[in-house]
Amino acid sequence: MRNALGSVDTVLLLGGRSEIGLAIVARLVRDGASRVMLAARGGTVPDEELERLRRLGAEVHVVDFDASRPETHQDVIDTAAAKLGDLDVVIPAFGVLGSQAAYDRDPEVAARDVAVNFGGHVSAGLAAARRLREQGHGTLVVLSSVAGVRVRRANFVYGSAKAGLDGFAQGLGDALHGSGARVLIVRPGFVIGRMTEGMTPAPMAVGVDEVADAVIEALRSRARVVWVPARLRPAFTVMRLLPQAIWRRMPR
Amino acid sequence: MTLLTGWGRTAPTPATLARPRSADEVAALVKENTAGRGLLARGLGRAYGDAAQNAGGTVLDCTALPPSWTLDPEAGEVTASAGTSLHDLMNALVPRGWFVPVTPGTRYVTVGGAIAADVHGKNHHVDSSFGAHVRSLTLVTADGSVRVLGPADDLFWATVGGMGLTGVIVEATFACVPIETSRMRVDVERTRDLDETLDVMTATDDRYRYTVAWIDLMARGGRTGRSVLTRGDHATREDVRGVVRGDPLAFAPRQRLAAPPWVPDGLLNRATVGAFNAVWYGKAPKARRGLIQGVTPFFHPLDAVAGWNRMYGSGGLVQYQFVVPFGAEDTLRRVVGTLSTRRVVSFLTVLKRFGVGTPGMLSFPMPGWTLALDIPAGVPGLAGLLRTFDDWVVEAGGRLYLAKDSRTSAASVATSYPRLEEWRAIRDAADPDGVFRSDLARRLRL
Repeated sequence: MRNALGSVDTVLLLGGRSEIGLAIVARLVRDGASRVMLAARGGTVPDEELERLRRLGAEVHVVDFDASRPETHQDVIDTAAAKLGDLDVVIPAFGVLGSQAAYDRDPEVAARDVAVNFGGHVSAGLAAARRLREQGHGTLVVLSSVAGVRVRRANFVYGSAKAGLDGFAQGLGDALHGSGARVLIVRPGFVIGRMTEGMTPAPMAVGVDEVADAVIEALRSRARVVWVPARLRPAFTVMRLLPQAIWRRMPR
Repeated sequence: MTLLTGWGRTAPTPATLARPRSADEVAALVKENTAGRGLLARGLGRAYGDAAQNAGGTVLDCTALPPSWTLDPEAGEVTASAGTSLHDLMNALVPRGWFVPVTPGTRYVTVGGAIAADVHGKNHHVDSSFGAHVRSLTLVTADGSVRVLGPADDLFWATVGGMGLTGVIVEATFACVPIETSRMRVDVERTRDLDETLDVMTATDDRYRYTVAWIDLMARGGRTGRSVLTRGDHATREDVRGVVRGDPLAFAPRQRLAAPPWVPDGLLNRATVGAFNAVWYGKAPKARRGLIQGVTPFFHPLDAVAGWNRMYGSGGLVQYQFVVPFGAEDTLRRVVGTLSTRRVVSFLTVLKRFGVGTPGMLSFPMPGWTLALDIPAGVPGLAGLLRTFDDWVVEAGGRLYLAKDSRTSAASVATSYPRLEEWRAIRDAADPDGVFRSDLARRLRL
């Protein structure tokens, strides 16, 4: 249960090796969360990550999870609820980022990645939402992206999956209204981390820690949407208004 | 679904609210709810945290049980339905020359809630807590049966202080206290600092049935812990001769004020609370003996303002109450010193000496010092500060009051309530499928 000061007790991370996901979980544990389940492909999470969370005082469980197999997602949620009890925070943090050029060459890979980045979040999100609704409390943290706020030529396959995810998260949040369960939509800009290694950071790039800090603050204040950094929100208010002829020429 | 919170107005969760009007209706509701998210009895919602919430489940509004009471003056006993408030009871009993055995800082609690939280009052050092005076109680258990329990039953002591997790209390019989008047004879004195407060209370508390110290937490340095001690007894007819005209047992409390429905956030801040504290301390006499006071100003000053919890704004408030055993005064000094130097806003800080506890396995009071703080939930750094206090308290052999808690950890409760396992065994036997559940029980894994 979330307590009076905003700390939670249990956390489920789907995509248990995600850098951003683990950074959020570590902060939640530091703030008092005592039971964590990391759901990762093959049921493997690097020992040092497990150790780190255990040293912070959490009981950590690991379970096999494959984002590309939606038929298994309900089971994973049920397993987590059986092990942890009520799920206070669920964070689907899995995702793949390929280059647009690679997607252009291989449409099948593109479709497969979209199935994970969008379809996987739909099945995992709906399964989690069902449980949260039954509980009458709990937050689903959806890691959207500004890439989906207005899709750019430079990464439109990834961006369109994020656009779909963002819309899904908004609709799900509205559907859960009044149930006690909530959705937090996180819209980071370019995040410098393992997933973007070798790429040149875009303007207003942020680090993994900044994203995690912003998520913690948003969970505490029960915000519906958080932009990281916060100034991306006014920036995108303007960018959404740019004529297509200019938007099309955006270098990246 | 109805969104419910405790008195602190933090962490709301939705539940289906049912309003049973009889023990039979309670039993029927229990039988209907054996699967799913379970159910829980709720009284007047005065527990500060999530004790009377059940997210996604059913909550029985026990104030729907028609208030009823019968007085047996021979035995000095009252039998009342669980939904009867102490307010209703006092209105009925005081003019007849009887007083409730224990009253907390508000009259707006139900008999069921008073037993479930094993509430204490200013007379704990003499009279222990509410459960000590209960002769029998009627409990609807998880199988839907209606059982009458007495102090010889284990389930009775799992229910006293059991936070509603053993079943639904529907009726209770408890001893009452004979009184000659509806007034209190009160001595008020001020102390310079915490040490003097502790010394005076230790030396002379036993002369009074009711005692409490209000601490000015905003005072710092050499004045840290300066207090106003209020101590008294039920006034006799002799005491009020010439002071009270008419029937000395007349009792007609009124709520004079109500907090406005909306209050700007941050109204209770360092400046306003500091000013209030300074005035409260300043207006108290250095020493005044034999003051004749009514029940409300002596026992329930905050009851004069309906919905006073709204004064804390939309963020709500956290009440932090712990007890440490006698001998652990250093822990008390450390907590008061830290609050004072960190200038933590606490509107009403109350210190009290506890006497012996009840055999209730999850009952809070134990011989020692108890300190209660009211803090706006939005105070920066509060979570970490209170976690530190938890550690100090548990280390000193003390514990936190579950009826007030809204933020401690399962680990601190497991260490500080040594009879938790024993309680669980009895609860599990009475409720093997976990029908009775609350947000508090989930949060603290009771």
